Amino acid sequence: MDEALVIAAHGSHLNAESSTPTYDHADTIRATGAFGEVRESFWKEEPSFREALRTVDADEVYLVPLFISEGYFTEQVIPREFRLEDWDPELWESDGTSATNATLTAEDTDQTVHYCGPVGTHDSMSDVIVQRAESVTGDPDVGEGFGLAVVGHGTERNENSAKAIQYHADRIRERGRFDEVQSLFMDEDPEVDDVADYFESDDIVVVPLFIADGFHTQEDIPEDMGLTDDYRTGYDVPTTVEGHDIWYAGAVGTEPLMADVVLERAADAGADVSSAIEQVREETGGAKPATGD
Amino acid sequence: MDGEYVDALVATAPDGIAFDDLHVAHNGDGYTFQTPDVDHSGIDEETLRTVAAESPYVRNWYFWHATAPQKADRWAFLRWLEGAEQRDVAERYDALADGVAATWGELHLRVTLSDGERTYSVRHRADADVGTSALDAHDDPLDAREIAKHDDDGGYRPLKTAPSLQTGWTFPELSASECVTTVDAFYPATIANWHREQEGELDVTHWRDTVDRQTGIYGVVSTWDRGDGYEHVNWVAEACCDDSQCLKRREWQYDEETDLDVDGGSGAFPCREPCSLVIAGARQWTKLEGETSQTYEFELTPSEKEQIEDIIDAVADGKADDIREADIYEGANRYRARFLRAKLFDDEGHLGGVETEE
Repeated sequence: MDEALVIAAHGSHLNAESSTPTYDHADTIRATGAFGEVRESFWKEEPSFREALRTVDADEVYLVPLFISEGYFTEQVIPREFRLEDWDPELWESDGTSATNATLTAEDTDQTVHYCGPVGTHDSMSDVIVQRAESVTGDPDVGEGFGLAVVGHGTERNENSAKAIQYHADRIRERGRFDEVQSLFMDEDPEVDDVADYFESDDIVVVPLFIADGFHTQEDIPEDMGLTDDYRTGYDVPTTVEGHDIWYAGAVGTEPLMADVVLERAADAGADVSSAIEQVREETGGAKPATGD
Repeated sequence: MDGEYVDALVATAPDGIAFDDLHVAHNGDGYTFQTPDVDHSGIDEETLRTVAAESPYVRNWYFWHATAPQKADRWAFLRWLEGAEQRDVAERYDALADGVAATWGELHLRVTLSDGERTYSVRHRADADVGTSALDAHDDPLDAREIAKHDDDGGYRPLKTAPSLQTGWTFPELSASECVTTVDAFYPATIANWHREQEGELDVTHWRDTVDRQTGIYGVVSTWDRGDGYEHVNWVAEACCDDSQCLKRREWQYDEETDLDVDGGSGAFPCREPCSLVIAGARQWTKLEGETSQTYEFELTPSEKEQIEDIIDAVADGKADDIREADIYEGANRYRARFLRAKLFDDEGHLGGVETEE
């Protein structure tokens, strides 16, 4: 086959588990056989963004960033490091949460690269957030009597970071499934520290919009919310904080349905992967038709 | 008795075949079939099939054109692995019957021929002589991603080509393409870059171009170069790129015209540009090296000065954990270091009781 999928993720010099969701979603997609090759690539690990394309045989590549927001990484770092000729962020025609895709040529390998917007701003990401709430509560119908907090990093270095969080919070709120939906942030108001203040519901599901579990999702956020004084001692799910039961979900990016979003991005760019999408949705529990949009 | 390799040979013969001592053609007089062992001409298809079915040269031709991955670098790597350019087919098949081994970084690779088929195995070179049953066997090449994550002590390996690959595992029976996938999972892009180098097409990006490309929090690294030489880059390469730290052979230099003074190493596969670890280190050094030197005054005995040198050496060489608990003759021994701290640090942790001036 002459089409490949390359997933571009951040990775880490310090945290061995940072790459795990990337590998997991790549494996899920690989198993569908939708692409001749599926390749993971990383900013901080190997294969690096600089050298991933040369390890791929295909002449035509769908490049999907496993990043939450549009901005510095998706608009500058990834196109530069993959050496995508004539890249211009305008090609995505995005308002910050509506990236599409652009077809470019890689300067060092001459491969045709369909450069897709990040998973985090794709509409189907809303479904993954909801599914994450189902996973953590163990209730496929979770919603009534529950509040949902979508948590993001905030604006540090990237104004679109908050936009992606708000975008999905708004979409999920419009569906009317949860009694309340609120976006919260680590480094700006409304802050995740005050989660209990922003909800009336007794039960609150908290879903951090991060790709991998790590320092922020495993240490900062649980401590900030008062789930635990020391992340090393762990916490219960749910934990009662100021009279609310907090169901803390951990990074949304670890939800198996994320593989679907990667495929949706490639499909939007022209990849013929509709049966793979169906298969992945079925396997990862995302088969139910999306509602509200 | 005819295998698919015979069908393939008959189908391809009209185009002519000349590969690894096998020559086959088809013309008006019938087929010609030549190897170092036999020379037939004017034979019919049935005879061709009989001759071909017995010939290792045909199996060999079929392997390289229908079984082995066809991407040029993967193909060349597998050829290198069995020494295809050094040995003719007869010699190679003799050797392959016993198994032909090669080393790639810390990997011990082996290709063996049985019943005319090549199978490949991969294990740590330190386990080269260990019985297979004593090793954890894997059959999925992508398991290599997990094995490569941690060293023997469980520490995370952020650099895939660090010489700290864990031992105790084996991929005992891989196909040609699985072998390549396994190697590429342990050492991503090394095959591609090795092949580019073999072809004289390695695209090296030197230090200067790499740091000039950086943005965001790494943009600061380009300010480390102030037109006053490249000694600092020598230090970076000595710190990070030495064979004791990375098995890639550093081919990047300060810039196109200016080679670094430190050795690039002797690895089989090249390093074509400063990696993300080098850049992350350089960011920190850029900040640290922006400080101005100060003069601090405190006294050390000659042995104490040497002990500080011993401690730096032990940490830099990763030997600190190897020093035995009661080996008080080693400067970097824990008790020795604790004694030095007890004697020379004040209550605030200042060496020699001298405050660090900013």
